[in-house]
Amino acid sequence: MMFDRRLLEHFDWGLLLMVLLISFCGLIVLYSAVMAGWQGHGLHSLFERQLIWMGGGFVVMTGVLFFDFRHLNKLNLVIYGVCAGLLIGVLFFGQSGGGSQRWLSLGGISIQPSELMKIALIISLASIYAATVSPEGLSFRQLLKPAVICLIPVGLIVNQPDLGTGLMLLLIAGSITVFVKVEKKVLLILAGLSGCIVPVVWFFGLKAYQKARILTFLDPDRDPLGTGYHIIQSKIAIGSGMITGKGFLQGTQNALAFLPEQHTDFILSVLAEEWGLVGCAVLLVLYFLLISWGLNIAYNCRNMFGSILAFGITSMIFWQIFINIGMVMGLMPVVGMPLPLVSYGGSSVITNMVGFGILLNISMRRFYTG
Amino acid sequence: MVELQRNKERDWMKQRVMVASLCVLIVFIMLFLRLVYLQLIKGEEYRRLSETNCVRLKSIKPSRGLIFDRYGELLVDNRPAFDLVIVLEDAGSVPDTISFLSSLIDEPYVDLMEQIQKAGVGAVYKPIILKKDISRDQLAIVEAHKFDLPGIYVEIEPTRHYIHPKTAAHLLGYLGEVNKKELESGHFPLLRAGDQIGRYGVEKSFESYLQGRRGGRQVEVDANGRVVQVLKTVDPEPGNDLHLTLDLPLQQLAQDLLKGRDGAVVALDPSNGDVLVMVSSPAFDQNDFIGGISNNKWRALMENPGRPMINKAIQGEYPPASTYKILTAIAGLEEKQIDSRTTTFCPGFYTFRGRRYHCWRKHGHGRLNVVEAISQSCDVFFYLAGEKIGVDALAQYARGCGLGRPTGIDLDHERQGLIPTSAWKRERFNEAWYPGETLSISIGQGFNLVTPLQMAVFTAAVANGGTLFRPRVVSTVKDVHGQVVADLEPEIIGGIPAGQITLDLVSKGMVDVVQGDRGTARSIRIKQIQMAGKTGTAQVFSRKTGEKFDSENQVRTLQDHAWFVCYAPAQNPVIALSVIIEHGEHGSSAAAPVAGTLVKKYLGLLEPEQTADAAPEG
Repeated sequence: MMFDRRLLEHFDWGLLLMVLLISFCGLIVLYSAVMAGWQGHGLHSLFERQLIWMGGGFVVMTGVLFFDFRHLNKLNLVIYGVCAGLLIGVLFFGQSGGGSQRWLSLGGISIQPSELMKIALIISLASIYAATVSPEGLSFRQLLKPAVICLIPVGLIVNQPDLGTGLMLLLIAGSITVFVKVEKKVLLILAGLSGCIVPVVWFFGLKAYQKARILTFLDPDRDPLGTGYHIIQSKIAIGSGMITGKGFLQGTQNALAFLPEQHTDFILSVLAEEWGLVGCAVLLVLYFLLISWGLNIAYNCRNMFGSILAFGITSMIFWQIFINIGMVMGLMPVVGMPLPLVSYGGSSVITNMVGFGILLNISMRRFYTG
Repeated sequence: MVELQRNKERDWMKQRVMVASLCVLIVFIMLFLRLVYLQLIKGEEYRRLSETNCVRLKSIKPSRGLIFDRYGELLVDNRPAFDLVIVLEDAGSVPDTISFLSSLIDEPYVDLMEQIQKAGVGAVYKPIILKKDISRDQLAIVEAHKFDLPGIYVEIEPTRHYIHPKTAAHLLGYLGEVNKKELESGHFPLLRAGDQIGRYGVEKSFESYLQGRRGGRQVEVDANGRVVQVLKTVDPEPGNDLHLTLDLPLQQLAQDLLKGRDGAVVALDPSNGDVLVMVSSPAFDQNDFIGGISNNKWRALMENPGRPMINKAIQGEYPPASTYKILTAIAGLEEKQIDSRTTTFCPGFYTFRGRRYHCWRKHGHGRLNVVEAISQSCDVFFYLAGEKIGVDALAQYARGCGLGRPTGIDLDHERQGLIPTSAWKRERFNEAWYPGETLSISIGQGFNLVTPLQMAVFTAAVANGGTLFRPRVVSTVKDVHGQVVADLEPEIIGGIPAGQITLDLVSKGMVDVVQGDRGTARSIRIKQIQMAGKTGTAQVFSRKTGEKFDSENQVRTLQDHAWFVCYAPAQNPVIALSVIIEHGEHGSSAAAPVAGTLVKKYLGLLEPEQTADAAPEG
């Protein structure tokens, strides 16, 4: 295959710059989070590992550029099948961590198939909807296949149990479906139906302790010694940053390790404490530009599959940002949800980098049709 | 046409993307407004809170479930203990504070500092325990000087209290601090470092019921670490109470009877397997284990030759000796090798393959049938019966009667004993089974090993018509309001593989042991009721057949173990007992009187003055 010069001309330097800027900010905050109060020599191993993950992420992202994204359309079932297979593998051979079983060890590397499933599900849905989409919207029958495709992995992941990622898959699938338009009456019926099912399940299907868990999830104040305590410490950290923050490595909440998840899910509180409203605003603007950029790629793509795929990836990034920041500020239930490119965590970095790679890929091939 | 289609599609896509962008914009504005609210409007307040680090979690320990005996008598409860703690953040100069404290309460400075060092580099606002369970005097001094001791606090901890020290110690068990490995295992999600969990006995087996659920408080504290206001409270859930099947007065009497002697007593209710008494002597004081047992006390327990840390009732494995003749009789009758009319002449020995196997009665018992053979414990009768039955058939009946396997009591470390078979011997020693060994095991010597609990379960089954019950320790679990949480029903684990005719014959023999004029335990006979029993004298040191030792010169540890199993009243049994006195020499003289006294006590027949003389038996 000859290298197409047009590809280089159309390369989306803007998106790449955005990803680099956010990653850079993320590393600074992570440095604060792990180095404050650190007694050892040199860099904290978590920081070193995150650097390696970031490096690996950029390699993966670059790798994703070298094939035509339209191949994903043809291969969607294969990708989906492999990921679903890995999820079933977790069920039988998975390793436990933190009370749930979500890791699979393949030749020395631990992978989290539920993360890969996000991308696979987006590809599959984009492929199905690209063939069925119409200005009138999708009918009930046309939604059956996507529903099955979506609910199988959701069921497997919730069973692990990883409520956060399961919810994430539902949100992504829901966003894509609404984006490609559903017939109004179908939408109304679905809304009405779930409105009926939820109370039935609540009163007859759930045991008392399960209800308690869900209530705590919705209202952390019900558990003032656990998540409720995290939330209040997180709010103190954020609020105490005020406008300009306490300064780099000066956060007190951070240094005293009041927050158990300060380098992963609650990392925004570190940013807010040390850099204040100004720092948070910068990050929010960067994120907003990133999301808008992704939507713009969806709009500019001449290929329906590419458009929906770009939208799906963008929605994945968006929901992570929204849920994480909302949670840390006490607006949202507490679920395990990392902040893209900022939180520590290999799986999250790699998944998001694959997503950005796909976005760049679509963007540079936006004039491809059919 | 294609162009038109494409344009239409572009417009459609444009409209969708615009809507999506609008949604995203709204969300981001919302997030920004929340930031403004937290950092600008509430910023001052949160800054102040962050500077004093004043929101803290204080945990509230749940009180552990209580333990009662079968009559609702309290056996184990909780008392308040006062722990001395330090919060480094509030302490100012730690060495100064500690040295002043050490002079006040007369505890070595280094010991106190060691506790701080052991706590490691944890967060400085967490209380570190300096000394657990300080005395009232120390408490008074610390309280009087509390303004000179910054960062030193007294925490009140509910602490386990065993109301009757050394009573049913092995059954009730004790607590110990949860270790790091257990915390990391994830089996105890509710526990924290420093918490106590059951380490032995019922305290361990019923941990999940007794534990309860930790509560806590979110509090705001001032610069000195004192609580200014309580923000939120989660009340702890107390643990559930256990109602044991244990009979406290009977247990205490049994312990008194075994005082100064090594051994075990188990008493069961034959109708349901309830454990009325479980004594293992010597015992330990459970209160010594609270807050960690001292090295000296631990060493003393370990070095005691009576092995107080072993629950002899379930862990002691002894040769059953003549008590095993009950089993040999059942097997012989069921296998039709003997019947009620079979008689054997006992000249005092039995010659088998050129070797003499002696009866314990040198001059012999004369001619006797199975009932007389049991009551007089004739060895020769059972040598012959055993020879006909064979080792493997005998083993089958033993297993059927619950011997050689755990009874399944809710206590850890139960041993299963040993019932030999020819296959076992081949595997163990790579040797064939010698027929002469069958003679030994048919009178309960040789390889046979049983626990006192197994013998009690077996005796109870003979008493109740053949039903083997799983020994039940806890009958009900109730919550703090008295609501029943769990009813632990009696559980049948098997039946003696014998018909009623066989059991009647065996019972008759056992009744004659006590009631018959030549019975080996006739000395414990009382006029009010009939008892049924069987004596046993287990050889510790293998004597040459017929050779007699001079008891006076014999070292204590070479003396025989004394067994007695019994049930009463013979016609309508309400209690079954198994008693072993280590090195008690004779079952009839050492063990039987203990059982006799307990039966009388349980049936309300005990008179103030009771003496028992006994004739020795083999």
